[in-house]
Amino acid sequence: MRPLRIHVEGIGLWSKQLGDFAALQALLGGHAPEPPSPKPAATTLPPNERRRAPESVLLAAEVAGQAVAMSGRTADSLTCVFSSSHGDQAITDYMCATLASAPKELSPIRFHNSVHNAPAGYWTIATGCHEPSTAVCAQRMSFGAGLLEAISHALADRCPVLLVCSDIAGVFPLVEETGCTQSFGCALVITPDLSDSTLASLDITLAPIQDLADDALPEPLAGWRTANASAEALPLLAVLARGHGHCELKAAASLALRIELRAAAARQDHAPSRAAEQVA
Amino acid sequence: MPDPMTPLAVTAYTATSAIGHGLAAQFDALQAARSGLRPNDFSSAPLDCWIGRVAGVEDAPLPASLAVWECRNNRLAWLGLNQDGFLDRVRAARQRYGTHRIALMLGTSTASIGETEAAYRRLDADGGFPADMRRPAIHAPHSLAAFVTAALELEGPCLTISTACSSSAKAFANAERLIRLGLVDAAVVGGVDTLCDSVLFGFNALELVSPQPCRPFDAARNGISIGEAAGFALLERVDIAPAAPRLLGYGEASDAHHMSTPHPDGLGAELALRDTLARAGIDADRVDYINLHGTASQKNDEVEAALVSRAFPARTRGSSTKGFTGHTLGAAGIIEATIALQAIEHGLIPGNLGGATPDAGCGPQFAWTNEQRRVDVALSNSFGFGGNNACLAFARAEFAA
Repeated sequence: MRPLRIHVEGIGLWSKQLGDFAALQALLGGHAPEPPSPKPAATTLPPNERRRAPESVLLAAEVAGQAVAMSGRTADSLTCVFSSSHGDQAITDYMCATLASAPKELSPIRFHNSVHNAPAGYWTIATGCHEPSTAVCAQRMSFGAGLLEAISHALADRCPVLLVCSDIAGVFPLVEETGCTQSFGCALVITPDLSDSTLASLDITLAPIQDLADDALPEPLAGWRTANASAEALPLLAVLARGHGHCELKAAASLALRIELRAAAARQDHAPSRAAEQVA
Repeated sequence: MPDPMTPLAVTAYTATSAIGHGLAAQFDALQAARSGLRPNDFSSAPLDCWIGRVAGVEDAPLPASLAVWECRNNRLAWLGLNQDGFLDRVRAARQRYGTHRIALMLGTSTASIGETEAAYRRLDADGGFPADMRRPAIHAPHSLAAFVTAALELEGPCLTISTACSSSAKAFANAERLIRLGLVDAAVVGGVDTLCDSVLFGFNALELVSPQPCRPFDAARNGISIGEAAGFALLERVDIAPAAPRLLGYGEASDAHHMSTPHPDGLGAELALRDTLARAGIDADRVDYINLHGTASQKNDEVEAALVSRAFPARTRGSSTKGFTGHTLGAAGIIEATIALQAIEHGLIPGNLGGATPDAGCGPQFAWTNEQRRVDVALSNSFGFGGNNACLAFARAEFAA
């Protein structure tokens, strides 16, 4: 089967150590970037929403905002796919603890913030986006499965898509089950067609897993995937940061996405249109 | 607007809810206008409300080979999978296409959160989960799809869609995209949600739960009745099953308005409807029946009734079936899709149970009691928290747009 080709126009990333994609590039380039402020700024949300929004929403909105800004597109034009292995673990902890002790005292706001699509809801409200939005998960494969969903949207309906994959750190006792001990979020704006904003073109094949290549990551990134399922995106983010290479990501228990960056092809394809514009 | 899509065959489907296990029981209850709602007897401190509880879930343990997945939600999933020969149909599809070529796309709003709630009621002296509750795969929102992929022995794309009450409707859209792109040949879609304290006390906190059986589109409606359900459908290309009913179209859109109340003008709902009609390649006047979202909340029903009035001719019939099943949240999309498919198969428009005194906003489209008539095209509306809207269109095999 012919590979699926998509184009990346924007990349967002946030963790306690790396505040954006440029910081990841710096880290992989051998530098030590400054850590960001301890809480994601999430400036796409209006100030009152930012105050009310739970941590999972701030993280998702932060990386989404970065990716959209880099793409130069308006957020209201993007179909959005929000993926997260565990949703807002702090709210799940609050809900379950309250239900166990005083169920009738459950906070209505925290309840409506507990839905898995809370980040999608806050995001579409903040950006006035009426495009389709979804919230998905697939345990350890939430990034790969979310990417497959984003690709299928982009290619089936020929539309630009915002993919966000993020998980906040868990709290005790739930964290013992989720194993999610640090926050990590990332976002991509992908498109079906090459444009002036294309940063990288990716050829992607979906195939049964045979021997999944272990994409070793340098320190301090090596352990992040264990500490946060959303960080399974890192091999792809590293390929994008380096501007070349390939990686494999699990999209389901028995399926892998084989991803190859085709930067050179993109630039060659790209050149005529840019030249034509200059002539015009 | 999107181009018309190539319809897909719905080669098998099944539903299990408060009105019964399997399609025959569901149809029987619809035909008899018999509600499945009963006074709340769920949880240790039941709220004063009515619920749509599925009978027999407690008495139906998972088979030994799947016992690691035990929880109420997965029991209900298994109970649902065992109705209407659905397991056999999936087995045949597995043989036809191979396990990697069948997607599993399931909607749920709370998955097995009931099990996490139970763990918190029994924390050990150190505040941790008791030993028998140390089950990471269960304390995760993907637990339903992970269980069903094991139960069905599938190895294709596997995704949980969790957009509150539109979840399992959207699963049809996910599946259609994967089939259209040739990434899979077939898809199992559906959804399961079970009663749990999170939703009972959560909707109660939002003052959205009625103390009586819910009364969708009634002038005196005062809130929802929460239910539980499991439903599944198998989607394949039409050439495999030319006589099977069709998924004709679907639409998805966002309100961009509020986390827990719908857009006052039904903007997202209407965009999802227009998207659906465009993919189906039909005008609204070709629609014979709409299974409405109709939760019996003040706002949803007001906005949805207005949408029906302005978008459809008087001959189109519409009703909510939440008076039968309760609001089954993430499973509502698939359950109501099966009711739409049964409307096509049997020519039965189910009456809008519980709407004794129609709201003044309801137009002539509303079917307040059962009607017998031919249905070629049926829609199903599903709207969720966060302003997440989905609409599905089904048609009989012979229908030509």
